[in-house]
Amino acid sequence: MIRRPAVTAGDLAPELARLRRRELARLRRRGFLTRGLSLGSLALLTGCDLSTHSGVDAALWAMLGFNDRVQAALFSRTRLAETYPASAITKPFRFNAYYPEWQVRTVPTHWRLEIAGRVADTAPWTLDKLLALPQEAQITRHICIEGWSQIGQWSGVPLHTFLRRVGADLRARYVAFRCFDGYATSLDMASALHPQTILAVDFEQAPLAPEWGAPLRLRIPTKLGFKSAKNLQAIEVTNTYPGGYWENQGYDWFSGS
Amino acid sequence: MHSQRPAHPLPVRILHWIGAGAIICMILSGWAIYDASPSLPFTFPRWMTLGGWLAGGIAWHLSAMWVLFADGLAYLAYGAVSGHFRRDLRPVGPRSVLADLGAAVRFRLGHRLGHFNAVQRLLYSGVIVVICLSVVTGLAIWKPVQLGWLTGLFGGYPIARGIHLAMMGLIVGFLLVHLALVALFPRTLVAMVAPLPAEPATQAQEHGR
Repeated sequence: MIRRPAVTAGDLAPELARLRRRELARLRRRGFLTRGLSLGSLALLTGCDLSTHSGVDAALWAMLGFNDRVQAALFSRTRLAETYPASAITKPFRFNAYYPEWQVRTVPTHWRLEIAGRVADTAPWTLDKLLALPQEAQITRHICIEGWSQIGQWSGVPLHTFLRRVGADLRARYVAFRCFDGYATSLDMASALHPQTILAVDFEQAPLAPEWGAPLRLRIPTKLGFKSAKNLQAIEVTNTYPGGYWENQGYDWFSGS
Repeated sequence: MHSQRPAHPLPVRILHWIGAGAIICMILSGWAIYDASPSLPFTFPRWMTLGGWLAGGIAWHLSAMWVLFADGLAYLAYGAVSGHFRRDLRPVGPRSVLADLGAAVRFRLGHRLGHFNAVQRLLYSGVIVVICLSVVTGLAIWKPVQLGWLTGLFGGYPIARGIHLAMMGLIVGFLLVHLALVALFPRTLVAMVAPLPAEPATQAQEHGR
């Protein structure tokens, strides 16, 4: 079971105020607020879109927490996501990020994977060192929270192999991922240790291109697509709820498939 | 006394309104989710959706889901145990459906509170099946790995998603007909709130139009 830390409304207030400002700016950019009163804007004004700290939003956040506990209970450590033949791979594969494709970051020179938190060995990892670990390949369906899906092929180091190798505390609650494109996400430990959760180095049998997450990305077919973070920079094992780029804005944290 | 029974028993009235609220929330928040990646060549105007954006839509959808689930289970249990399904909703033969449908389109179909004609039986039992299918396909696309057998039963994730959307379309179609008929016979709305007595069979013809 996943136990999220008890967070009071007071703790969240500055964060929510920041998110609300960001959300309002986003909506203003879309010209949304100038369109007059509608069911949608009524939801915004009365605080039903997770960006305010109204009673309705508090109830929605509480329900998301409840859903996360149900999802953690439904999660099986051994049940595998369906795998497909190579002929089923979606071509062309769709690019997706929180920014458009022309803003894709190239790999920083002297890139190293940083390790932090509850691990025995925090020495950074080069790509060559990662390539020396046992590799696993998978052809699985990537399902986006928006509803679309596509089948892709990835290979790399199983995360459970890597976490054991660095001497991670496998009873810690969370594994957090930080990316050099400004993205971040986090997993519950049970999902992180699932056999199909990999630190991918290859996409379609070739080293990852920048748009597919070079040099190293997470690939986790038991969760929605936004959990498969690209362009990894650092991994942290922690007991403090880490949130994530989308999770902090209201995407359901567990987001299991 | 038989004629003193309410047109709709109290449990049906309560479960109807809770379910109605949950279904409306599911449809409007579902439209917000659909708009994030429309699979048909149209989107729903933002003012018609609930939640403001994708995350808000999902939060509403996954919250109202539990209300619909609990309400639906209670209704199915009540309907089976109380005889409500057998008495009121059990479909009658296709001939009666055609006869009643013919009368309905000519505005000659009598309506007696507390009694269900062949068209009503077909529509109400049909929408119950459709709502059940929308819940089951919803589970299939919410948990395509943990409930992979269910997703497989519907032919995989993309097809299950398509069926889920189609069921929404059928429910909305039902609601349009349902609301139009309530507007034509406003007493049925009162009977779904207050314990109006069921109308005895002998008055049936007087209510025909």
